[in-house]
Amino acid sequence: MARIAGVDLPKNKRIEAALTYIFGIGFTTSKKILDEAGVSPDTRVHDLTDADVAKIRAVIDANFKVEGALRAEVTMNIKRLMDIGCYRGLRHRRGLPCRGQRTRTNSRTRKGRKKTVAGKRKA
Amino acid sequence: MARSIKKGPYIDVNLSEKVTQLNKTNQKKVIKTWARRSTIPPDFVGHTIAVHNGNKFIPVFITENMVGHKLGEFALTRTFRGHAGKKTDKGSRVS
Repeated sequence: MARIAGVDLPKNKRIEAALTYIFGIGFTTSKKILDEAGVSPDTRVHDLTDADVAKIRAVIDANFKVEGALRAEVTMNIKRLMDIGCYRGLRHRRGLPCRGQRTRTNSRTRKGRKKTVAGKRKA
Repeated sequence: MARSIKKGPYIDVNLSEKVTQLNKTNQKKVIKTWARRSTIPPDFVGHTIAVHNGNKFIPVFITENMVGHKLGEFALTRTFRGHAGKKTDKGSRVS
């Protein structure tokens, strides 16, 4: 069982795909890490030697911000926007999209489930 | 599309001249401006700039965190007073 950055990697997947289970690592980063650590991207997680795992861990620690640290950075960035009172910050406060998308329809990801408003019929 | 890095940030010339003038004489005065598109450079920090929102000038006190943003981001141009039919504190203009 390989445990990297506080995440248990799925045993039967290729290491290239398994690393993407860590928050902050996608496919591109995953490939870069394995290239630098000198581990074949095709090895299955259960086939990894302890040395391999240590190497991967070292590469991630040295070059990438992942999991908790990354999440903290993201929330800090959003908090900064909200504190300085700029337009994007206000949109974050209201839970609305902040990159100029339409809100007449859609944008349900930000607004959450539909809330039906009474009396919105045409006269 | 983002602005080319080669050009550097856009800073309104008139405004930045006024601010450097104030910095030289060590004064703090409110500067009125319509230059909402101007980026905030580090030497604006500590000044209050009244940014036009199309109707009136909104005083914006520049802090360190605001550097790199545009002035217009701090003076809202729209007043949202709630939706029709929703009977909650309507009519109060929120700045």
